Amino acid sequence: MAETVIHTENLTRKFGNFTAVDAISFEVSKGEIFGFLGANGAGKTTAMRILCGLLAPTSGVAKVAGYDVYTETENIKKHIGYMSQKFSLYNNLTVRENIHFFGGIYGIPKRELKEKSEELISRLGLTQEADKLVGSLPLGWKQKISFSTAILHEPKIVFLDEPTGGVDPITRRQFWDMIYEAAHRGITVFVTTHYMDEAEYCDRVSIMVDGAIAALDTPEELRNQFEAKDMDEVFLRLARGAKRGE
Amino acid sequence: MNTLKYLLQKEFKQIFRNPTILRLIFMMPVIQLILIPLAADYEIKQINISVVDQDHSPYSNRLTQKLLSTGYFQLAEYGNSYQESLKAVGEGDSDIILTIPPDFEKQLIKEDGAKLHLAADAVNGIKAGLGTAYASQIIADFNREVREEWVQFPRFSPLPLVEITSAGWYNPHISYYLFMVPGILAILVTMVGSFLAALNIVAEKEAGTIEQINVTPVKKWQFILGKLLPFWVLGMVSITLGMVVSFIVYSILPVGSFFTIYVFSAVYLLGVLGIGLLVSTFADTQQQATLFAFFFMMIFILLGGLYTPIESMPNWAQWLTKINPPAYFIEVIRAVYIKGSTFKDLLPDFGMMIAFAIGFNWLAVRNYRKRSA
Amino acid sequence: MKLFLAFVKKEFQHLLRDRRSMMILIGLPVMMMLLFGFALSSEVKNSSIGILDNAKDESSRMLIDRLDHSQYFSVVKFLDREQEIDQTFRRGEVRIVVIFPPNFDHDLRHSNSAQIRFVGDASDPNTSNIVINYASAVVRDFQNELFGTMKMPYQITTETRMLYNPQLKSSYNFVPGVMTLILMLLGAMMTSVSIVKEKEMGTMEILLVSPMKPLLVVLSKAVPYLALCFVDVILILLMAVFILDMPIAGSLPLLLAESLLFILTTLALGLLISANVESQQVAMFISLVGFLMPALVFSGFMFPIENMPKPMQIISNIVPTKWYYSIVRAIMVKGLGFSYVAKQTGILVVMTVIFFVAAIKKFKVRLE
Repeated sequence: MAETVIHTENLTRKFGNFTAVDAISFEVSKGEIFGFLGANGAGKTTAMRILCGLLAPTSGVAKVAGYDVYTETENIKKHIGYMSQKFSLYNNLTVRENIHFFGGIYGIPKRELKEKSEELISRLGLTQEADKLVGSLPLGWKQKISFSTAILHEPKIVFLDEPTGGVDPITRRQFWDMIYEAAHRGITVFVTTHYMDEAEYCDRVSIMVDGAIAALDTPEELRNQFEAKDMDEVFLRLARGAKRGE
Repeated sequence: MNTLKYLLQKEFKQIFRNPTILRLIFMMPVIQLILIPLAADYEIKQINISVVDQDHSPYSNRLTQKLLSTGYFQLAEYGNSYQESLKAVGEGDSDIILTIPPDFEKQLIKEDGAKLHLAADAVNGIKAGLGTAYASQIIADFNREVREEWVQFPRFSPLPLVEITSAGWYNPHISYYLFMVPGILAILVTMVGSFLAALNIVAEKEAGTIEQINVTPVKKWQFILGKLLPFWVLGMVSITLGMVVSFIVYSILPVGSFFTIYVFSAVYLLGVLGIGLLVSTFADTQQQATLFAFFFMMIFILLGGLYTPIESMPNWAQWLTKINPPAYFIEVIRAVYIKGSTFKDLLPDFGMMIAFAIGFNWLAVRNYRKRSA
Repeated sequence: MKLFLAFVKKEFQHLLRDRRSMMILIGLPVMMMLLFGFALSSEVKNSSIGILDNAKDESSRMLIDRLDHSQYFSVVKFLDREQEIDQTFRRGEVRIVVIFPPNFDHDLRHSNSAQIRFVGDASDPNTSNIVINYASAVVRDFQNELFGTMKMPYQITTETRMLYNPQLKSSYNFVPGVMTLILMLLGAMMTSVSIVKEKEMGTMEILLVSPMKPLLVVLSKAVPYLALCFVDVILILLMAVFILDMPIAGSLPLLLAESLLFILTTLALGLLISANVESQQVAMFISLVGFLMPALVFSGFMFPIENMPKPMQIISNIVPTKWYYSIVRAIMVKGLGFSYVAKQTGILVVMTVIFFVAAIKKFKVRLE
């Protein structure tokens, strides 16, 4: 068994009377691609925000990269990368300036940052566009830059919140290539998605229903367990029982 | 320290790339400083008068001539129907009506006393008050002339008199520009500091990029400082620009020292930025932020003594002005500009500004939760 | 039409859900009415004055006492030397200093002529003038009382009447002003910003591909603000009548009709702005600098238009707020009928049509 980078036990978060996240427990190990599925309102985003140190849990245990989410959020933030469903680069900065900025605030030394960003720009094939404002680029490119920026400081875990929303199939494919590559380098990938074909690419998948984890296993095991032909069917079976919708 | 450097770099790049902010910074001082002082001339120079002369005597004629010769009044109408003149007032063509009743001259000479009627459009109370006061004074002068023609007074007045002389210091030519310009400089700094800073932070909330910053190791104070410092610089730029404009357009220079102005501006801006930060913590959209900023700006300016003196306010409002930062700053800038007040003169105000700077920023930081509970 | 109503309903829900903004949109007119009504006045009360008494005799003490007891002044500082005046002013401690000469009492009683000097801090020329005038009045009263008044021959008495506003209330001036300003803010600024926001977010495209005419989409966004404008007008009128005791002298239906016209004018302006700009910040900037400031400066409620330099007086004619302000004043305060405001109404109608046509033209070009 590889090193555990995310560990939760009965993690719960309430908003008033509403229990957004209901005693979830799971573990994610190093280099794993962990799919985090669920219908809208199932509690995915809340759980993710807790793990990123943006939101304090109500009860339960959670450790990310070995740090406690109650007390050591600043340490967590140093060791994670994050890319949200909303586009999260600055539209009125250029590609190069965005990479410099985010690399800079993660404390990458200046010389190293320079090398890294040039290397990244050429790897993404953006040499021509490096000094264009990000706002003028197509969405698919922005998402790729966004992901690369999120892992520029070599975090232990990268959280991806619906990273491929609104992107064409070819770009999605390329995007997943980048995810595999990152995982190969030892970066744990924690990803939420709405695309069930993407769930098949994950090492393990958890499906949240009404704030709790309804199923957690490899895609293959899940298919067998529910006697389904694909993940779509697995998801529909589980989500149909949900009480809260949008 | 390095993180802050990156944040500042980013902020300045974005500001210089945003034409709206740049236009705001450069055009606001120019437009405000040119428009408002030119408009804010409260001196009532010309009052349109309708004379309803039902007497048509040499005396009524003389009185009319005397009124018009002073320069305060301009003849809007000369007739003999009060109703006609009333209509002119309704339409705004005339401000004041003098009615000289029939037999005015006869009564004055034969019966030792006569009556005149003044009616003023009092929608604008100040103008009405001044107009009737001027007219009454001219009538009293006329009265004295007439009296002197008929009565021989002894050489020495038997009435003891207190002779009053008055002088206005610092502004002998009664220039309203001199009064308004420094006040507007103060308002300018306030707007740049609070409004722009609030808008900027909220714009980042709206775009979602603030989430991205929140998951990075950037600390609360670093983020806030990274946001506020650029606007502090912009605030200092805008007051400098404002002073240049007021010199070019009105040839107004501070009597006191630039040093005093800059020291006060520097500390005051910190407080104002705190207000901007506070507004940004309450607002989720730029539209909300604008509304909040506008709301508070309105209160601040109206209760800041820019238009009406603070001591004329009722007690509760005066108490409010004590916690109104622009009220202090307007007073300070005016004092330094017009009277040449020194830093030492204004020490109590300086203390208050430091208190504001600390107070508002403390409130804002407490409210700004990087980690929403 | 049904579709249009559905859109309007959605926009209403949007606006109503934003509690904080609603509070401000309703609270702003209330706050302004209260401040103008109860807090702000240029009347002088309790002005701080300083005394430099070189006489220190009976008459000077009596007069100082008289000044201090008047509601206009409070004596806060006694100076010893003339050199102290400058510093007192620089610290902003007093508005004027009253200087008594040595032998004030003697001069007054024996040579029948005593001198008093007022030195005012004219950095605020208006206030300093008013304070000096009031102080002079107190001195004159004192003098008259000391020696009684004599009946004069050939006396002209002047009877003065204040038309429309016998108690000289300042509310008659500012209530129309607050209405003008609020409508400009809501109608032009809020509408344009909310439309431009959809453009900025990219959601405008989605609305535009819906089966509704583009112009109606845009109009549906403006309707809630129109309604809110009307609510604010009624709120202001209610406060004017019941809190500030300012009756509506003219016809209420006419006043409301004219207000509706002006609301349409501001809406047309808002549309015009939103048709021309792409970002919220620009929309705000234009409405703030281009419309709200001129509304404040040129409507004539804070600054008298006839005192402005000629070029500015000419510019004021193209500012719609000036005309609406004068309409409201004529109807509400002077109680005049439609024939008096026909000209202003005509001008507003023409302006509104021009703005609308310009906005529609621009939208058409962009959307087709």
